[in-house]
Amino acid sequence: MSTPAVEVGHYQEHHQSFFERWFMSTNHKDIGTLYLCFSFLMLFVGGSFAMLIRAELFEPGMQLMQPYFFNELTAMHGLVMIFGVIMPAFVGLANWMIPMQIGAPDMALPRLNNLSFWLLPFAFILLLSTFFMPGGAPAAGWTMYPPLVLQGGESIAFLIFSIHLLGISSVLGSINIIATILNMRAPGVDLMKMSMFCWSWLITSFLVIAVMPVLSGAVTMVLFDRFFGTNFFNAAAGGDPVMYQHVFWFFGHPEVYIMILPAFGIISEIVPTFARKPLFGYRAMVYAIACIAFLSFLVWSHHMFTVGLPLGAEVFFMYATMLIAVPTGVKIFNWVTTMWKGSLSFETPMLWAIGFIVLFSIGGFSGVMMALVPADFQYYGTYFIVAHFHYVLVGGALFSIIGATYYWLPKWSGHMYSGFWSKLHFWSSVISVNVLFFPQQFLGFAGMPRRIPDYNVAFANWNMVSSIGGFWFGATQLIFVGVVIHCVFFSRAKASSRVWEHAYGLEWTLPSPAPHHSFTVPPVVDDSQLVQTGATAH
Amino acid sequence: MSPAQANLYYVPHKSRWPFVAVIGMFLFMVGAANWLNGHEPAGQIILTLGALTIVGMLFGWFGGVIKESLSGTFNSQADGSFRLGMMWFIMSEIFFFAAFFGGLFYIRTFVVPWLGGAGDKGIITNGFIWQGFTAAWPTNGPGAVGGSFTATSPWGIPLLNTLLLLSSSMTVTIAHHALRAGNRKRLIGFLGVTIILGLLFLGFQAHEYWDSYVNLNMTLHSGIYGATFYILTGFHGLHVTIGTIMLIVMWFRCVRGHFDREHHFGFEAVSWYWHFVDVVWLCLFMFVYIL
Repeated sequence: MSTPAVEVGHYQEHHQSFFERWFMSTNHKDIGTLYLCFSFLMLFVGGSFAMLIRAELFEPGMQLMQPYFFNELTAMHGLVMIFGVIMPAFVGLANWMIPMQIGAPDMALPRLNNLSFWLLPFAFILLLSTFFMPGGAPAAGWTMYPPLVLQGGESIAFLIFSIHLLGISSVLGSINIIATILNMRAPGVDLMKMSMFCWSWLITSFLVIAVMPVLSGAVTMVLFDRFFGTNFFNAAAGGDPVMYQHVFWFFGHPEVYIMILPAFGIISEIVPTFARKPLFGYRAMVYAIACIAFLSFLVWSHHMFTVGLPLGAEVFFMYATMLIAVPTGVKIFNWVTTMWKGSLSFETPMLWAIGFIVLFSIGGFSGVMMALVPADFQYYGTYFIVAHFHYVLVGGALFSIIGATYYWLPKWSGHMYSGFWSKLHFWSSVISVNVLFFPQQFLGFAGMPRRIPDYNVAFANWNMVSSIGGFWFGATQLIFVGVVIHCVFFSRAKASSRVWEHAYGLEWTLPSPAPHHSFTVPPVVDDSQLVQTGATAH
Repeated sequence: MSPAQANLYYVPHKSRWPFVAVIGMFLFMVGAANWLNGHEPAGQIILTLGALTIVGMLFGWFGGVIKESLSGTFNSQADGSFRLGMMWFIMSEIFFFAAFFGGLFYIRTFVVPWLGGAGDKGIITNGFIWQGFTAAWPTNGPGAVGGSFTATSPWGIPLLNTLLLLSSSMTVTIAHHALRAGNRKRLIGFLGVTIILGLLFLGFQAHEYWDSYVNLNMTLHSGIYGATFYILTGFHGLHVTIGTIMLIVMWFRCVRGHFDREHHFGFEAVSWYWHFVDVVWLCLFMFVYIL
């Protein structure tokens, strides 16, 4: 045994330069902050693309842009929101909260952590620079299907290399999270007493490690077809464009759960706090997440029901997909049951959590509808799909991220934020997001295709409603910026260490704001601190 | 996976190397993309700058970590984190290869038979678009893309390479046992043999590629067979190259006496990696060459 090193002392130097603090960091809080600020910035970049898309779709006919630029916007909106907003935001929350929730000083591999973060901005410089290149940005959708994607201009190489960097970033980040959770838990924080947020991220990390390399492989084949004369996706050479779709969606479907499992973890933290009851069915919740993760590997072809799969495959993927509704239902019911007969109070984070449960259920139900092969032939490629995945990604993932921010922001900053403005932010968001996406379900049923800049006048009214909802939702997020900046820099209201009356978990035993290194020695943990997870509930 | 054993946690110093790594990778990618788009020589220059930055970063970062390791900075918990890190990194590599193997299986099990007329899909495809195409493997498809070619026989160089890699996996294990037994001479000798076997493998593979291109007309353009063959064996060869470089670094570290019986995670990590490369090769030999 080597002697334990007293390295931590080195680390609390107070006079570190700006460059040292933010570019050379080995501190999980600083790196978490970088992740969150980056994803916040990208939310407005991807959001501005969405605003342009909705502006073009405000009325039928072509008003603002060339059709090709519209295609660039839809492709880049998807890439930015998925890889630049939702995933980094969850990793940022993981960075902040996992060490604090398991009683660790930091992530297990802090330098790797810094590498994971800094890859992101540079990957997005590569990706966003394509707007200014001959041939414009990638315009084949975020799914990058060949042969269409091969017809792009100079952007293709930049797109593929930025995907490689993003893949490396998320894989290294996930390796770090697994190592942290498996190796850094304080004595007494058993796996089955761990917070649900840690559980959700542990399982998500396995998904990331299993599927991000597969995406890298898929786009590498595209790169070779474009530049090195291979014929992976050319039927004349014995290849098949549908092969790309299989490989891509083997990544793509688990990716969907990468973007929602951490949200499940967050909601499982918030709901018990404001229901003043331990989480109902902690073990069932853990098993449900594991079950969803496992099933997510067996359902990829439900994204491709109309490409001409053999009947046996369509039936298999239909039933496997419907099976996922079971563990997901377990989660929804357990959140509702946690609230049942609880002493509910409706502080801001709770509002977002309840908003999540309702909106995610709407998105989930439309997902079950699309799992049915014959019905999917009608829905495929329409705005019904757009409405579905925006309900789960905006109403689901994004709502949970905002909820998590409102839940833990007092812990991070040491200050309370404005109750009025944060609640206004919620009510304005939850109404506008429905004005935005609910009509898209009608448009989809009526047959309006996605990714098209112009449409039949028959779709005019609901598109206008949807666009109004879009601008409203976009503008509402400016309140969020105001609330966060005010809380961090100007708020005088000190937050207590527990912040919320019934919040349990190790992070609440630390002062607010938490010290630079959360725990310098392993804390003494007893189960009463972990009651949130239901550890003492039985 | 036991929780903290040490009475004080370890957190490493700040380091500039992660950021240098990012800059290096960024320049490398920008250079490569410009080169591919035909912007010469700017592309090559930027790519070279990036590659040099990455090499410098590797020396700086790993050099620093080695110093920390020798000064006994890492406690057993840090050691556990390194182990988990390497283990899951190798897992991600396995899935990277799985993407290409999956593509190969899909092509061979479904696509080629369909093009040849099997099943409901095949009736349309074969009957209307690619009339008269008979499913076979290897194939360059109904369009005979890349012209007629001959696939390499598995029983020549590939079999020899299999034996080389399998023996190298054995020699690296012998070296590991020698390290644990404290037998330095044996360690350095068998690690050296492992490196030579790795280099021989790479030499033979280069020869095989040359032979395929010059004598067998089997190239990247040879339809789906050439594409899957070269992407799988090529990425494997790249990994053997990386593995060999890491083995060479470990050899120098052994000569300098960096490792003792208990503390030699660097060596172990590289040997794990080498076994992984070996297992991938066995799958390649089976599914790309023999079947």
